[in-house]
Amino acid sequence: MINHVYQLVSPKLFSVEFKELNTAEKVLVRPTYLAVCHADQRYFQGKRDISVLRKKLPMALIHEACGRVVSDPTGTYKRGQKVVMIPNVPGNDDSMIFENYSEGAGFLSSGMDGFTREFVDLAPDRVVAYDGIDERVAAVTEFISVAVHSSTRFDIVAHSRRDIIAVWGDGSLAYVLASVLVKRFPGSKIVVVGMDPSKLSLFSFVHAAYHKDSLPEGFRCDHAFECCGGEGSFYAIDDIIRYIRPQGSVMLMGVSENRVAVNTRDVLEKGLTLVGSSRSGRDDFVRAVELMKDKRLQSRLRLIITEDAPVRSIPDISRVMINDMTNPFKTVFRWEL
Amino acid sequence: MIFGIVLAGGVGSRMNTTANMPKQFLPLGDKPIVMQTLDKFVTCDRFDAVYIGTHPDWVDHMAELVETHIVSDIPITVVAGGSDRNATLFNVIAKIEEDHGEDENHIIVTHDAVRPFVTLRMINENIDAAQKYGAVDTVVPATDTIVRSLDGEFIESIPDRSKLYQGQTPQSFNMNLLKKLFAELTEEEKAVLTDACKICALRGAKVRLVEGSAQNIKITTVGDYKIAQAMLGGIIVD
Repeated sequence: MINHVYQLVSPKLFSVEFKELNTAEKVLVRPTYLAVCHADQRYFQGKRDISVLRKKLPMALIHEACGRVVSDPTGTYKRGQKVVMIPNVPGNDDSMIFENYSEGAGFLSSGMDGFTREFVDLAPDRVVAYDGIDERVAAVTEFISVAVHSSTRFDIVAHSRRDIIAVWGDGSLAYVLASVLVKRFPGSKIVVVGMDPSKLSLFSFVHAAYHKDSLPEGFRCDHAFECCGGEGSFYAIDDIIRYIRPQGSVMLMGVSENRVAVNTRDVLEKGLTLVGSSRSGRDDFVRAVELMKDKRLQSRLRLIITEDAPVRSIPDISRVMINDMTNPFKTVFRWEL
Repeated sequence: MIFGIVLAGGVGSRMNTTANMPKQFLPLGDKPIVMQTLDKFVTCDRFDAVYIGTHPDWVDHMAELVETHIVSDIPITVVAGGSDRNATLFNVIAKIEEDHGEDENHIIVTHDAVRPFVTLRMINENIDAAQKYGAVDTVVPATDTIVRSLDGEFIESIPDRSKLYQGQTPQSFNMNLLKKLFAELTEEEKAVLTDACKICALRGAKVRLVEGSAQNIKITTVGDYKIAQAMLGGIIVD
């Protein structure tokens, strides 16, 4: 079949490429709802290094999507079944290493075409079925799975005194991560530290949400998650090192284009563990889908999801990306192209 | 019920093909053009069945191609065509009624076999509009200036381009409406029909426009065929 693949060819310019699909061993999925990530915006706005853009474009963006199965010759899924798609392409099989870190691993929308395609062909283990979840919420499953993955790694690494777990950041990632932590660690107090009062007001489900400049006297946390990225990474990591108790674990999740200076003197003095956590794998998707069956979590996630008008043409893709620039949280849109 | 109809009745008189093979059977990518088109049609799970109208000499060949190239749980039936495009279309309509009976809600989505770059979006919008309006044409705004000449030598007029569109397919209809309008046409009117939408236009029935795309090309000449191969990034076969 001739597939239409809608690629970013240079910053802010999309075009269509035709690729023949051979779906003999693949599940064919029609994307229904897609969600925009900061990583997509960095490509769209040309904020990646020029050498990176030259190497990776043209490329279809978007790695957060749900869809419906069109066909599956392997018999794993039924026609019409609702699924979420996993953008991680496993590399070398290594039982010691999570699939998203294995050497040779790839990622759709980072060097390989993402989900802005008429149809997506995936191996059966790159698809997870779901039911009972609003499609607009299911579209952000990949985002949830990243939080699930980080919380899983945290559970493996961090010592067991977890009275206070702090999340630095007040954006979508911090919101989703805090939602996952509240569910997974009900015995811990989840505290959020941010800088935008209106965003912080949304975190009604955590123990406390503080402005970074108004932390209570004597504030301390046992462990912390950094969810800022960009220019904010330095300040967040610096604050975390200041407020975390000895031998705490620091989960680093924010992406920064530039090198970030770290106060290693205090990292050493406190004996901290710094853990990089990025992307996710199949197990995280399966767990995310399980968590999202909770209607309360779904309604919480809906608060940070804005639905843009459906995409039916190439200019519509640009329109969604431009609208998303002024949306502080997550943009989803129906894919009809 | 909703039916897809792929019209593949042509004999490829504008192409210099081997053994007079109709153009829809030429390879594009890893399968014949008509199979690429059909493959896209069967991704639409709103179809209850898909029919292919083909020249009587090529019915068996078409059926074998379907068996070889298409995996789908949507029933696919090959029907022998008639003397022209509309005769083929009405042969298929007769077969649909034989298989599924008459129903005032039957919708047909008709499409040229040699337009393999059709998208699921166009198919879905055709179905939606046909259910709402009864007749649908897929079009793109005209980009070239169209001139009208009565004698083929001098311009008689130049219509306002902003009101001109180029017709593509799919074209979709409420099946009963199309039958009724066709039955009302005189033999002279039937003789000048170039496509099914003209049946509606001649009788003043409203035809809703659905946006096509510049890439939804019709492969009618050797040049078109080369363009189609280049679009797919494959090796161009002379």
